[in-house]
Amino acid sequence: MKNIKYIGIALFFVGFCMFHYLILGGNYKITKSSLTNAITNTVHFDAISKHIQLGSEQGLFETVSSVKSAVQNAQVDVNNNFEKLKTNNTPLPNGMGEWDYKIGDGNISGYAQSITKASIGESHLSSIKTWGLLSFLLCIVGALLWISSRFNRQPGIQNDGLFHNPLTRGITAPVRNVLLIVVGVGILVYGYLTKSTNWAIISVLIALLIAGLVFWYENKTVTKGSKSIAPNVNGYAGIALGLYLISFYVLLYWAPAYLVSATKILDPLSIALSGNPASQWFLYGFLYTVAMIVMGIRMYAKYRHDKYQLMRTGSVVFFQLTFAFLLPEILVKLNMPYHDFKNIWPLDYDFLFDWNINSLIANGTFGIFILVWGIFLAIVGVPLMTYFFGKRWYCSWVCGCGGLAETAGDPFRQMSDNSLKAWRVERYVIHGVFVAAIVMTVLVLYTFFTGNYQFLGMESYQLRSWYGFLIGAGFSGVVGTGFYPVMGNRVWCRFGCPLAGYLGIVQRFFSRYRITTNGGQCISCGNCSTYCEMGIDVRSYAQKGQDIVRSSCVGCGICSAVCPRGVLRLENSDLDIKTRTKHTSGLVIDGNGAHFNF
Amino acid sequence: MRIVIIGNGISGVTAARHIRKLSDHEIIMISEEGEYFFSRTALMYIYMGHMRKEDTMPYEPYFWKKNRIQLIQDRVTKVDPEKQILSLKKGESLAFDKLILATGSTPRPHPAIPDMSAVKGVSGMYHIQDLEGLEKISSEVKRAVVVGGGLIGIELAEMLHSRGTKVTLLVRENSYWNMVLPPEESNMVTEHIKSHHIDLQCSTEMADFTIENSQIKQVNTNKGEQIPCQYLGMSIGVIANIAFLKDSGIETDRAILVNNNLQTNYKNIYAIGDSAQLKTPNPGRRNIEAVWYTGKMMGEVVAHNVIGESITYDPGIWFNSAKFMDIEYQVYGTVPAKMPEEFDSLYWQHPTLDKSIRIVYKKENEEVIGFNLMGIRYRHEVCERWLKAKNTLSEVLPRLPLANFDPEFSKVFEADLVSQYNKKFGKSLQVKESRGLSNVINYFKSFGNI
Ligand SMILES: Cc1cc2nc3c(=O)[nH]c(=O)nc-3n(C[C@H](O)[C@H](O)[C@H](O)COP(=O)(O)OP(=O)(O)OC[C@H]3O[C@@H](n4cnc5c(N)ncnc54)[C@H](O)[C@@H]3O)c2cc1C
Ligand code: SF4
Repeated sequence: MKNIKYIGIALFFVGFCMFHYLILGGNYKITKSSLTNAITNTVHFDAISKHIQLGSEQGLFETVSSVKSAVQNAQVDVNNNFEKLKTNNTPLPNGMGEWDYKIGDGNISGYAQSITKASIGESHLSSIKTWGLLSFLLCIVGALLWISSRFNRQPGIQNDGLFHNPLTRGITAPVRNVLLIVVGVGILVYGYLTKSTNWAIISVLIALLIAGLVFWYENKTVTKGSKSIAPNVNGYAGIALGLYLISFYVLLYWAPAYLVSATKILDPLSIALSGNPASQWFLYGFLYTVAMIVMGIRMYAKYRHDKYQLMRTGSVVFFQLTFAFLLPEILVKLNMPYHDFKNIWPLDYDFLFDWNINSLIANGTFGIFILVWGIFLAIVGVPLMTYFFGKRWYCSWVCGCGGLAETAGDPFRQMSDNSLKAWRVERYVIHGVFVAAIVMTVLVLYTFFTGNYQFLGMESYQLRSWYGFLIGAGFSGVVGTGFYPVMGNRVWCRFGCPLAGYLGIVQRFFSRYRITTNGGQCISCGNCSTYCEMGIDVRSYAQKGQDIVRSSCVGCGICSAVCPRGVLRLENSDLDIKTRTKHTSGLVIDGNGAHFNF
Repeated sequence: MRIVIIGNGISGVTAARHIRKLSDHEIIMISEEGEYFFSRTALMYIYMGHMRKEDTMPYEPYFWKKNRIQLIQDRVTKVDPEKQILSLKKGESLAFDKLILATGSTPRPHPAIPDMSAVKGVSGMYHIQDLEGLEKISSEVKRAVVVGGGLIGIELAEMLHSRGTKVTLLVRENSYWNMVLPPEESNMVTEHIKSHHIDLQCSTEMADFTIENSQIKQVNTNKGEQIPCQYLGMSIGVIANIAFLKDSGIETDRAILVNNNLQTNYKNIYAIGDSAQLKTPNPGRRNIEAVWYTGKMMGEVVAHNVIGESITYDPGIWFNSAKFMDIEYQVYGTVPAKMPEEFDSLYWQHPTLDKSIRIVYKKENEEVIGFNLMGIRYRHEVCERWLKAKNTLSEVLPRLPLANFDPEFSKVFEADLVSQYNKKFGKSLQVKESRGLSNVINYFKSFGNI
């Protein structure tokens, strides 16, 4: 049986290497026809053709950089031309508008991607066709075999050796902090360089303000948080995996041209679903969904003694596969707007952007239905469902981000810092992001309704593009997922997600949900706190016999599953909403002596 | 007033916390084991890689400072109750106004190896040092023998097993822990241990052993089997950690003798937890109960007594829990291993899974006196309510699901138990309640308990 596991691991790595060889290696050749395929705009075509060297065989990296510089040079030309035409009052050719004519900053990466993709050399193309799907298949089959060994173990908690494993044992707080700072500063500098706005500076100021608030609060109270990640743990494999994931997200968001061969593998599938060739987003959606399905099967193996876990895992995988992956593509095929019906503002931060509202309205009844449904979910659905079930109805049953965390992220849940200090930082940061999302949306809507771009000195377009860059990509993707093996699987959900902030406020104050503790049965072992992916110190409540009501609790139920003494149960009741935070059970000593009280 | 607590286990720490809650007295806590309180019950999880040692510490280091509880890591070598002075191993001495002895236990040594520390590869599993010792030799241990069929024995076996060590568990009884568990439950656990490929040998004892270069080499059983091994785990029980009190004048028996205010023969000296022995325990209760929960309760009670409120220790209805590899176990009330003549029990067992429910009752009036659960979780407050109120089977059974504390969606089996009752007694009780918090709250409301 052990052999099957090792065969699985071997297959997985063969597939993994094959895939990377395919997407990073191979030959590229920019030809006239690849340019024609990639560029439909005639002005841009002419300008770019002038700067590009045709015909030579190159590798991926040379190709991308030569394409990029050609497009950048073309941009200068075209935009100079535009100014000239404007001063001469000459009309633009073919009745083009200003932004049809000019090459915007946003176009550069798009052209780099489309031209590179159209230039994949013939021999490389045929290897992609032959080996591409096979490499995916090897990874999937390998992973499944790897996982299958879990089915041989008896049903029960399977956490043996997690803190002995270099992948899952975590790293020291200083190393973690250095990694976090390097990545954070890197993102800001990159944003400053490419976006050339002062939003990077404002972001730094906001970050400093939040840090300042945390430290001020720390000093104001006697209870300085101290315990943190344990000393002398060096999960080097975890760091390596984290760096790999971070690089993937950086390429995905900001340099998709390097992923064109990977998207090429998926073109047939994408065309079958939506009629369009695969973009980097389709690639991402595909990998995401596959990861969730495979690791969802792992969850089945791991928690098959706990039906709550099975139902929940089934649910997130279902919502990812249908609502997030398949349905939007099918909508596109039917000429309807791409939409994920379970994504909710403010997580879906561009839902109320002018272009989205316009395109929905332009689409007629169905588009308006999407608009109404989205607004209904945010205003009525969230509070109502959270009142009944707590935020878990979304975060650990429906949400895609939560879904990945609960499946692919499960091996890393013990990395979540459950110190008091971490809780303080968390509260400031997540509510800060929630406020930022609201401000940005209000501003964007203000512009939408009044046509005015300025509000109290803030530029709505700049603000939203910076929010999208910093929060939408940097925080949720690069840090949110890249840091799984370093800071636990819910980094984004815990510190960043504005919707989680919103759901959390409802859960804390107006919900029937809580985790009940079972009288005096707690032995303070700490399994619940260790395996809480949200870094809640569950034990600190359980050992007092106090029920757990926390805005961050996503109701994954793992604390209950790993508790060796049957102390915790996720429950809803409307009979004691006001007192549920205070409810404690345990030994009480009063005038009548000592007795148990519930 | 200076209150000194010896021992920073659960009972000492609980005492310190509650004294601080109730008063402003100076609190000093001394322990030789380590500076910070950790959960002894989680020792196994550190070895198995489920947690780091830090994760087993219920309070972050700031907690002690914030609550002005001074920590000293040292060993108390002598107590002088008359002069109210302690001597510490590092040479200092410390005066106290009141003293709480919470020194816990220590593994009971096997008569054949009175000093386990002298032999490499032999230890009990009680203090963090025992774990560290095992960790150090762990890579050399390919085969291990654990002696003793109690709760720590099975944990030790599971620990070794989790690292791929081949383990033999020698148990004197003819099935696992059958001096506490009724036969069906004991058999279930016995089978379960074996199904994990742990070599569980019942009705077997260690006859002798071989030591070479003061390192354990082989264990011979009384059935003639010779087991070469690199580790021998001793878990034949624990004894109170009171050797240092010899000749101090503090009255001891198997542990430190205390009255129901947890006071020793000196009125400013108290003892709690594993190291306390009640002179007059509640009827049906043992005079030493070396478990987590009683240590915790004693700690809270002693805090009141120390600051001058007289509170007697009354642990209420007995409860306990444990986990045997994958089988969770909970007990509430009285569940004898061998049913006496005047008791009987209703027992349901899942046909394939390791799950069972047992309700013990008095034959004469069907009064329910105990619940024993394997693989199923029951709600403490509900069970205690029924036991305290001396409810009968026909009162409890229709409401039985109220006690169910298993996770949502999990299957409920209470109806099966009730139909068994109906069959046995020719009755037709129906299950009238379903599980869930609202129902429990309503139930408690119905007799004005909320
Ligand atoms: C592996 C294991 C698993 C267990 N699992 C469970 C369980 O699941 N459920 C349950 O109910 N119980 C369990 N127990 C029993 C439970 O842990 C004990 O009953 C409980 O810890 C006793 O607490 P205590 O505070 O009385 O003493 P201890 O926890 O033993 O603490 C006493 C402390 O005092 C120190 N000390 C002693 N003498 C001196 C001295 N002279 N000077 C300085 N310091 C001194 C010791 O070093 C020790 O740190 C388990 C025990 C073990 C070992
Ligand atoms: S896992 Fe259970 S027993 Fe352990 S600390 Fe948490 S609630 Fe208590």
